[in-house]
Amino acid sequence: MPKKPHVRVPKIARKGEVVPIKTKIDHPMETGWRKGKDGTPVPRNRINRFVCAFNGEEVFKSDFDAGVAADPYLAFFVKVEESGAFEFTWVEDEGRTFTRSASILVT
Amino acid sequence: MTRDATGNATISRRRILLAAVGMVASVISDLLPRPVDASPREAKKHLAELTGGAPAKKGRVTVTLPKITDQAAWVPITIAVESPMTEDDHVTAVHILAERNTVPQVATYYLGPANGKAEISTRIRVKKSQIIIAAAVMSDGSIFVGKARSKIVSGTGGCG
Repeated sequence: MPKKPHVRVPKIARKGEVVPIKTKIDHPMETGWRKGKDGTPVPRNRINRFVCAFNGEEVFKSDFDAGVAADPYLAFFVKVEESGAFEFTWVEDEGRTFTRSASILVT
Repeated sequence: MTRDATGNATISRRRILLAAVGMVASVISDLLPRPVDASPREAKKHLAELTGGAPAKKGRVTVTLPKITDQAAWVPITIAVESPMTEDDHVTAVHILAERNTVPQVATYYLGPANGKAEISTRIRVKKSQIIIAAAVMSDGSIFVGKARSKIVSGTGGCG
């Protein structure tokens, strides 16, 4: 079970500023090809989707394939025009989702 | 193994056959489940599928990778696309492909004018020394491609 995802969002920003956002979730990202210690393949289990929404509106989306490293780290930019909350969602192969939110004050 | 009337050890034909079958089976099972690496040609095909076969142009996409690394499972990559990111002209998607990974497709990012800046940093798995391709799909449908090479070395060492 992954721990709480890590998210770094600036607390304060100016109107129209492009703010950097950094996210990381602790997850093994098993490809399903690796063999365990007993020789049997480790079942595939990885995060396949990441969505970032700001005030309910989707601003960034990503599909992960096998090439994404374990503990997927992702940094991107969002232009903020008003105060609000970011909602981050990670979706696992097995259907489990992990969410985290962060608020920003825009002056 | 059995012993015949004179006391000599003999191996029955059935045993030999069974052993031969077993050997062949083990060789096949060794070969089969191992994931086969992709080739640059496959990566190109994949890219054409992703982008709908539109001609890819060079430029506007900058891929930053470490030139040499010994951490193949953990290679930091930054992709920056030159774009004003306005309503009329922005990047809609960025695809990352690793030519010689088991599966060439690494990740796809969907962007829009809300991003303000088309720059993404992440960490990817790079199976061996190869070229990493980043393809950016613009809002007008054109495709720009950027490439970078990363050398994977095994084992660490302070010297050379």
